[in-house]
Amino acid sequence: MALLQIAEPGQSPEPHQRKLAVGIDLGTTNSLVASVRSGEAATLPDEGGSHLLPSVVRYTDQGVVVGQAALAQAAVDPFNTIMSVKRLMGRGAVDLKGLQGEAVYRFADTDGGMPYLQTVAGDKSPVEISAEILKTLKARARASLEGELEGAVITVPAYFDDAQRQATKDAAQLAGIKVLRLLNEPTAAAVAYGLDQGAEGVIAVYDLGGGTFDISVLRLNKGVFEVLSTGGDSALGGDDFDLALAQWFLQQLGGAEVIAGESRYLTEKARWTKERLTENATVVVDLDHAGQKVSLEVTRELFDGLVETLVNKTVRACRRALKDAGVSTDEVLEVVMVGGSTRMPVIRARVEQFFERQPHIDIDPDRVVAVGAAIQADVLAGNKPDSEMLLLDVLPLSLGLETMGGLAEKVIHRNTSIPVARAQEFTTYQDGQTAMMVHVVQGERELVDDCRSLAQFVLRGIPPMAAGAAKIRVAFQVDADGLLSVSAKELSTGIESEIQVKPSYGLADNEIAEMLKASYSCAEGDMAARNLREQQVEADRLLHSLEQAISADGKQLLSEGELIHLQEQMVILFSLRNGTDSALIEQGVKVLAQVSDFFAARRMDLSIKNALKGHSIDEIEGNS
Amino acid sequence: MSADAAKALTFEFLSSLSAGYMMDITQNYFEFLALPVTYQLDLQSLSERNRELQKTLHPDRFAHLSDRERRLSVQYTAYLNEAVSTLKSPLTRAQYLLKMEGIDTFSETQVQLEPMFLMQQMELREGLESVREASDPDAVLLALQATVDGEMKALRSQFDGFYQQSTPTSLDAAAVCVRKMQFIDKLGREIEALEDQLFDE
Repeated sequence: MALLQIAEPGQSPEPHQRKLAVGIDLGTTNSLVASVRSGEAATLPDEGGSHLLPSVVRYTDQGVVVGQAALAQAAVDPFNTIMSVKRLMGRGAVDLKGLQGEAVYRFADTDGGMPYLQTVAGDKSPVEISAEILKTLKARARASLEGELEGAVITVPAYFDDAQRQATKDAAQLAGIKVLRLLNEPTAAAVAYGLDQGAEGVIAVYDLGGGTFDISVLRLNKGVFEVLSTGGDSALGGDDFDLALAQWFLQQLGGAEVIAGESRYLTEKARWTKERLTENATVVVDLDHAGQKVSLEVTRELFDGLVETLVNKTVRACRRALKDAGVSTDEVLEVVMVGGSTRMPVIRARVEQFFERQPHIDIDPDRVVAVGAAIQADVLAGNKPDSEMLLLDVLPLSLGLETMGGLAEKVIHRNTSIPVARAQEFTTYQDGQTAMMVHVVQGERELVDDCRSLAQFVLRGIPPMAAGAAKIRVAFQVDADGLLSVSAKELSTGIESEIQVKPSYGLADNEIAEMLKASYSCAEGDMAARNLREQQVEADRLLHSLEQAISADGKQLLSEGELIHLQEQMVILFSLRNGTDSALIEQGVKVLAQVSDFFAARRMDLSIKNALKGHSIDEIEGNS
Repeated sequence: MSADAAKALTFEFLSSLSAGYMMDITQNYFEFLALPVTYQLDLQSLSERNRELQKTLHPDRFAHLSDRERRLSVQYTAYLNEAVSTLKSPLTRAQYLLKMEGIDTFSETQVQLEPMFLMQQMELREGLESVREASDPDAVLLALQATVDGEMKALRSQFDGFYQQSTPTSLDAAAVCVRKMQFIDKLGREIEALEDQLFDE
């Protein structure tokens, strides 16, 4: 029987056509995009040939500027030039107190939810600002890969909680990027080195960037990367090394203390010197500062001495992280270096000394995370059907609910394999209580106040009963990205309340829709066109996967009647898809998905049977 | 509510999830993983089966497919993860085996145990509370941990014996073992928590 041909004229989908997928390292200081081409994963440069995109966004009257050009104006236009926005992702206005001194921005007054930054182009949320960085990377990828992106793997720090992960995903949605997966940065680095193919054991990832230091201890076990512990210092990075050297410069010039950012000249010179010391044992630097001209000789020994306390700090964090993970240094099988600052010979030497083994440094430490993400993106896009690679993840922080007395009751413990679904039952504590507040928190501490508040919602309409008689079931579902959705149900009445956890500090779905709309407000047509395109893509995806499914398993799993019915429905969607009514297509996708659910489920069950072939219970019992 | 009761609800919840998708979870966890129904489970095989099924079911395998496939895969994988974590732990594995025999220790709220056992538990607990005042808290914790491990081991083998006899009386005795294990397990977790606290200070 001839199968449906689903293709636009002149655009026939070749079966082996490569899908374009990228890995994105959305960093605090710099961001990168990488992809796999001809079997090699590599980062993509901009037109000027630079791979690193400074994570800086500047708002002007004329529009948005991202990257180097924005960074160049940071000093003259500090309030409209947003740097290190990653630190604000998924944070509430309350959390920002801890960031004061670092963040110079003006925050708009909000009702305690998500912080908005005041700029000349209006109030901007961290999600919108991050989306600008992602849009720039997306445009770069499109230009250099010459095609539409299937999707992206975006990396996040291993310790990111649900709110921060959700914020990152929202930013991608706003930038029009389909997220194939949020991947932990240290896991990405380990993948870049192919360690997922290697021996099982403990892997330490030492990540010293421009402004942050992270140490992660992972365990690779049967293809599963488990994050055992993370540690570090969110205010320690390469910039501090520059500052230490700048301080010394000033002493030589007979001056007082350098204040961060105040003497940009000296810190720039210090950075220049530091970078040259990586290749040279001695560097001569000419200084022209405050009317004084001097030429100074800086040796590596001198520099190493100046930064010793900083290096010690990172080593202490490593020791602590190993302790937290419950492993000793000799159990560490591999050490991976990430972040531009790990180029410093003193860092490499001390890390090697501490872990008693040579760290991996072959891949550019600025690019290694993006490269790992690209490798996974290539697999996830379906370009490597035979790939064995599978990165299984665990929940980084426990999820729970507030109970009486401000206590947090854990529903899903940290390090539980995800995706996961769990349910917990609660009851009313007052006679005649008709509503119940559900407060979802994340963290390891016992008191709700010490955990991160993710969401609160109220289940109403509980029939009045004696205290303790009502049964309210709260169900948690965590997907493969570690993102949570929660539903609550009163069991006697079946009254239900469901939310995708949009963290207290996140954006609601309608807010995202609003922003998407706003970004197209000048061109309503664009919005409609994009909408149509999105629905067409989803329709194609469904039709294509059904077509493949039928040709693979149709004979075995479908009766003739079922097959005919499915094909009729496919024809209907196909004709809708070629129209211009996106709402109709959306509806059509829903209908076809529904009528083919049974087939998808049968295929899933068949693949389970196939996966376990040769492991019939009889055989196992016979062997044991 | 206890964590075990949550477990019982989770089974139900997962079933309700799958109902719309005709997911075949009339199979018990052992069948689902093609493992023999036994308490002496080979953990190596469990982890191999898990890996094989993750390769088939994990959402990453469906990342490029339609929403429906991805949703289905999340649900199947959640079921798989639940199955594996339940069978992996000796306590929940024992509870699950009993549940298959119609004895639900997951959702019990109050249990009766013999006074001797409870007395012993109280003593152990007092020991735990005095750790902070001990001159060498580490040593006391280690000793407590050893006691807990020993108790657990004994209970496991008792359970297996009763379970294998498979008579109504012996299954009731197996359930008593499970209830004792729950006590011991909780104590074990409290020891760990205290260890963490002492470590942090």
